[in-house]
Amino acid sequence: MFQSILTAVAAIGVIGLLFGITLSIASKLFAVKTNPKIVEVRAALPGANCGACGFPGCDQYAESVAKKDSVITLCPVGGQQVIDDLSVIMCIDVEQTERYVARVLCRGTIDKTKKEYDYLGISTCQAVNTMYKGDSSCNFGCLGLGDCEVVCEYNAIIIEDGVAYIYEDNCVACMKCVEACPKNIIVMVPDKGRVTVSCMNTDLGKKVITACKVGCIACKKCEKICRFDAIHVINGKAIVDYEKCTNCGECIDVCPTKSINRYLLNI
Amino acid sequence: MMKILFVILGTVLVDNFVLTKFLGICPFLGVSKKMDSALGMSGAVMFVMTIASAVTWVVNEYVLTPYGLDYLQTIAFILVIASVVQFVELLLKRFIKPLYKSLGIYLPLITTNCAVLGVALLNIQNSSSFGMSVLYGFSAGLSFTFALILFSGIREKLESSNVAKSFKGLPIALITAAFMALSFMGFQGMFTF
Repeated sequence: MFQSILTAVAAIGVIGLLFGITLSIASKLFAVKTNPKIVEVRAALPGANCGACGFPGCDQYAESVAKKDSVITLCPVGGQQVIDDLSVIMCIDVEQTERYVARVLCRGTIDKTKKEYDYLGISTCQAVNTMYKGDSSCNFGCLGLGDCEVVCEYNAIIIEDGVAYIYEDNCVACMKCVEACPKNIIVMVPDKGRVTVSCMNTDLGKKVITACKVGCIACKKCEKICRFDAIHVINGKAIVDYEKCTNCGECIDVCPTKSINRYLLNI
Repeated sequence: MMKILFVILGTVLVDNFVLTKFLGICPFLGVSKKMDSALGMSGAVMFVMTIASAVTWVVNEYVLTPYGLDYLQTIAFILVIASVVQFVELLLKRFIKPLYKSLGIYLPLITTNCAVLGVALLNIQNSSSFGMSVLYGFSAGLSFTFALILFSGIREKLESSNVAKSFKGLPIALITAAFMALSFMGFQGMFTF
């Protein structure tokens, strides 16, 4: 009885020991040398694997930073904290960087626009966009089926009344929504820029108004009132120059279609 | 030669590990969403199954049976499989870096894959020879590959089809798997080996 227990323990022990020894020898023999900096840099990165830095994931970015192939300011998710950490690890000095947030350039909610047909297909913006550029009367606006909402890993996007809204507190500027939007109406703007023209419609005048009640009709009133030369009508739509904009809001009051909006913090 | 063919065909079609024996269901559902990862996973499983059935046969024949320790089969085989997987991982990391990267987490997960343990135990149950064990291990891996590739192909098609909301995702996948298992019953009794 006692002997059979002993044989069992010995047999399994010996097998385990043999495999253990083989494995440890193998791990020494086949060891892959890695740069210790890669491990340190990787630990400092947030690990979101969002790809905003341009690399497939945090591992690849860490490898590139450790080799000094790329700059240490590419991670928008980690923000200033990660840049500070990386500058300590890599012994590089950097200046402060600006925070960016995503902004949806459309306020054409379902009461402002009309549906041109009833769409019953696959419920993604990508799919509806292939059918006559979407079911909305405005061919430039938000389709409201939430491709951006799905792709956002930080719960920073909600669809309300057929238009996407950004919850800026949660936005880390990973650019995933920018890529997901088939209409290209999500853009990255500096956090300090609070005034934005929420329209991408490049048509003029009446054509815009029939499509959407809050569209930019390219009347240039904003361009004339601006004291800082910070807003210009280019290609049939007004665009704010955030280098010059002081968020004074005079263009907001003068806009006849209310297509310029002040984006408040912490809504 | 005919026998080898019969073993392979029999294991892949008649006694398919996933669809008839219901072994390795967890990666079957978990890794079948994309064809690329399904291919990587099935390659790794095939490799590990072949090697594991060889090593477990040796361990059983020369260590367990002579000392009358047959009752330790399960624990000894798990030990063997875990070590083999670790060893394979080391080898891949050193010599075939792209494959190691594409397999990612799936490789360590094979350690706990019941299909691998199943093939080792079935080899002992059938008291097959060394060559037969290795062949059986390989064809078991092949059967896993076959089922996984078929299933992931169907699932990729399902992604873009209009499925009722309550059935979206895993429910429809389970129903699909059930139909596949049902259709594989049609092969029952085609070959014997």
